[in-house]
Amino acid sequence: MASTHSTIRIMPTGPGHPKRVRSELMRQRLRAAGWFLVPMLVALAIVAGWPLLRTIYFSFTNASLTNLDGAELVGFKNYLSWTVLKSGRVIWSGLLSDPAWWNAVWNTVRFAVLSVALETILGTVVALVLNAEFKGRGLVRAAILIPWAIPTIVSARMWSWMLNDQFGIINDMLMMLGLIDHKIAWTASSDTAMIAVLIVDVWKTTPFMALLILAGLQMIPRDIYEAAAIDGVHPVRTFWRVTLPLVRPALMVAVIFRLLDAMRIFDLIYVLTPNSAQTKTISVLARENLIDFDKFAYGSAQSTMLFLIIALMTILYIWLGKVRFDGGDR
Amino acid sequence: MLHSALRAGLFAGAVFCASVTMAAQLAIVSGDSGNGLAFLQSQLKDFEAKTGNTVKIVPMPPSTSDQFGQYRLWLAAGNADIDVYMTDVIWAPQLSDQFLDLTAAAKDVVKDHFPSIIESQTANGKLVAIPGFTDAPALFYRKDLLEKYGKPVPKTWDEMAATAKEIQDKERAAGAKDLWGLVFQGNAYEGLTCNALEWVKSFGGGQIVEANGDISINNEKAAKALETVKGWVGTISPPGVLAYQEEEARGVWQTGNAVFMRNWPYAYALGNGADSAVKGKFGVSPLPAATTSDKPAATLGGWNFAVSKYSKNPEEAIKLALFLGSKEVQKNRAINQTNLPTIVSLYDDPDVAKAAPIIPQWKDVFMNAVPRPSAPTKVKYNEVSSLFWSAVHDTLSGNGTAADNLEILEAKLTELKGSGW
Repeated sequence: MASTHSTIRIMPTGPGHPKRVRSELMRQRLRAAGWFLVPMLVALAIVAGWPLLRTIYFSFTNASLTNLDGAELVGFKNYLSWTVLKSGRVIWSGLLSDPAWWNAVWNTVRFAVLSVALETILGTVVALVLNAEFKGRGLVRAAILIPWAIPTIVSARMWSWMLNDQFGIINDMLMMLGLIDHKIAWTASSDTAMIAVLIVDVWKTTPFMALLILAGLQMIPRDIYEAAAIDGVHPVRTFWRVTLPLVRPALMVAVIFRLLDAMRIFDLIYVLTPNSAQTKTISVLARENLIDFDKFAYGSAQSTMLFLIIALMTILYIWLGKVRFDGGDR
Repeated sequence: MLHSALRAGLFAGAVFCASVTMAAQLAIVSGDSGNGLAFLQSQLKDFEAKTGNTVKIVPMPPSTSDQFGQYRLWLAAGNADIDVYMTDVIWAPQLSDQFLDLTAAAKDVVKDHFPSIIESQTANGKLVAIPGFTDAPALFYRKDLLEKYGKPVPKTWDEMAATAKEIQDKERAAGAKDLWGLVFQGNAYEGLTCNALEWVKSFGGGQIVEANGDISINNEKAAKALETVKGWVGTISPPGVLAYQEEEARGVWQTGNAVFMRNWPYAYALGNGADSAVKGKFGVSPLPAATTSDKPAATLGGWNFAVSKYSKNPEEAIKLALFLGSKEVQKNRAINQTNLPTIVSLYDDPDVAKAAPIIPQWKDVFMNAVPRPSAPTKVKYNEVSSLFWSAVHDTLSGNGTAADNLEILEAKLTELKGSGW
C-alpha cells in the first residue's frame, strides 16, 4: 500500500542495502523537530511519567494514604510473599495469590474482549452504511457521534435509571413488546450485570469505532470497486476480498485503541455496578484498595500490574498483528 | 499617578486582609439526600447573618462510600478548600488524624448530647466531630393497606413476610400490578451492612465483630437470618432490590408501590410531602425481630460535623460546626427533616412532638440501636464492611448458601485481623 503519511522517512536509495542519506537540510529538520517535541515530552513526563514511577515505587512499600511520606520499602511483599508455618505448611499472600485480584483480571479481560469484538462488528457495519452515498449523510454522521460525545459518567447515570427494574424505561418497553414477562433487575442480578455494562459500553463506543473505520474506508480508491463491479464480483465477495484487506490497517489500530481503553474501564462500572463481583475490574479493585481500604501500597501494586498487562498486550498485538501506526503494512 | 495607584492597591489589600480575619469564606461539604441540602442552605443563612461569614456548600453524591473515598483523598492531599465536613458516624476512628480536636470548643455543649453518640465521635481521647443528627431506621408500613386487610403492625419478620405476601397477592389480583411487599437497601454497599446487621442482630446472631474484637459472624443464627431474607428477594421484594440504595427504595415506596419499607427517618417527612402518593397513609414502628421474645435491632447511623485540620479559618469553621450541632438547628432539623436530634431534651420538646410525632416515638427505636463494628476494627472497618456486604449480597443473589458464605467470611476476616485490628 502506498504510504501517504507526512512524517520524515528515509527512502532506500538503491537496489542493494538501503543506504541512509542525511543531507545537512535533513539533519537541520530533524533537530528542529526535536525541539518542537520537547514541550510535549516534558508535559508527558510530568503528567504521565512521574505518577507512573511513583505508583511503581509505592507498590514496593507499605504506604497508606494517611502516611505517604513515611512509606518503607518492603520488596515484593505486595505482589507475592509466603510464610512457612511450624507445621511446614506454606501460606501464600500478596496480589498473585489473591482470588479477588484474579477475579478482577478475568472480568477485565472478558469485558475487553467482548466489548471490543461487538464494537468492531457493529462499528464496521455502521461505517459501511455511512460510507455509502445517500441524502443527509453529513447529518447522520454527526448524529451517530452523540453517544461518544456524552461524558461517560453522565451516560452511565442515565443508563442506570433506564435500566432500573421498577421505573426503568428498558423494562417498560420490553414488557410492552411482550419480550419479557417480568421486570429484569439488570444491574442487580449477577447474571445480567455484565450484560448491562456491555450494552452501555457498546452503545457508547461503537460510534468511535465506526468513525475510525470510516476514515479507513474513505482511503480506499473508488476505481477498485468499479473494476470489481465491471467484473461482476458479488458485493459480499468484494467486501471480503477488497474492502476488508484494504481497511485492515485502520481497523487494527482502531481495535488496539479500544482494547487498551477497555482494559482500563472504570467510570462506567463504578457508576452502574460498583460493588458487584461479577463486573469488578482491575481499575475498580485498585481504587477500592487505594482509597477505601487504606491499602495504598497494595492498590499501587494492582495498578502497576495493570500497566504491565496493558504494555504486554500492546507489544504482543503489534508484533502478532503486524500493525503499523502510520497506516502502512509491514 | 503611580504613587496613588500603589496607595489604592495597598488600601484594597488592607481591606481584603481585614475582611479575611473578620468574615471568613467557609466551605462545607455534604452529601445529604432528599432535600437535605436545601435545608442546610436555609440554616446557613442564619449563620451567615449572625457571624458575617459566608458559607459555600459543596454537594456530593448521597452514597456514603463515594463520599468517604473523595474525602479521604482530599484530606490526604491536605486540601484547604473545604473547612467543614459532614461525616458519617463510622468515620471518626478512620479520619481522626485529619480533623481538629473539638473537645475544648464543645466542652459546654457535650453534656446535652447522648453520651453514646459523643463516644462514637471520640477517637483516642479526641472529639473528632460534633453530632448533627442521629439516625436509626424503622419499619415504614402502609396504614391504609394494613387496615384494609385487618392486619396488625408486624412484630416478627415472619409475620411481616406473611402480611406482605398476602397484601401483595391480593392487591395485584385487584389490579395494582407493580405492588411489592417490602423494599430495603440491598445494593452491595455500606447500606447493606446496616440492613444485614439488623437481620443478624435481631435473630440473635451477634454484630459481626464484637466490641472486644472477636469475630462472631459465623453462626447458625446469622445464617438463618440471611436465608430468611434470601427467601424474600423475588417473592415479597423486587429482584432489583439487590441494586437499591435508600433513594431507590424510597422511590418505590413513595409512588405507592410497597407495603413495607425499611428506611431512615428522613423518608418520613418526604413521604408526607405534597407530591407523595402515600401522604398520610403510612406509619412507622420499630423493625421486627425473629420471634416475639427476641429484641429488634436498628443500626445506629447519623451524621456529624468535623473541622478539617487544613482549614485556613479554623476558628470560624469550628463555630460553624458547633452551630450546625446546636439545639436550635437540631430542632429545626427535627421539625423540617424528621432527622433525629442527638440532644436528649429535644425528644420531650412540644414543638418537635407536634410537628414530627414520630420523633418521641423513635426513642424506643433508638434504645435498640446497635453500632456497626467501626470502633473495634478501626482503620480496617471499610474492608470488614465490604467483606460482610459482599458475603450478604452473594447469599441474597444465590451465589452460595448463607452458611458457606459466612464460613468463608469468617476466614477472610480472621486473615484481615491478623494479630489484631
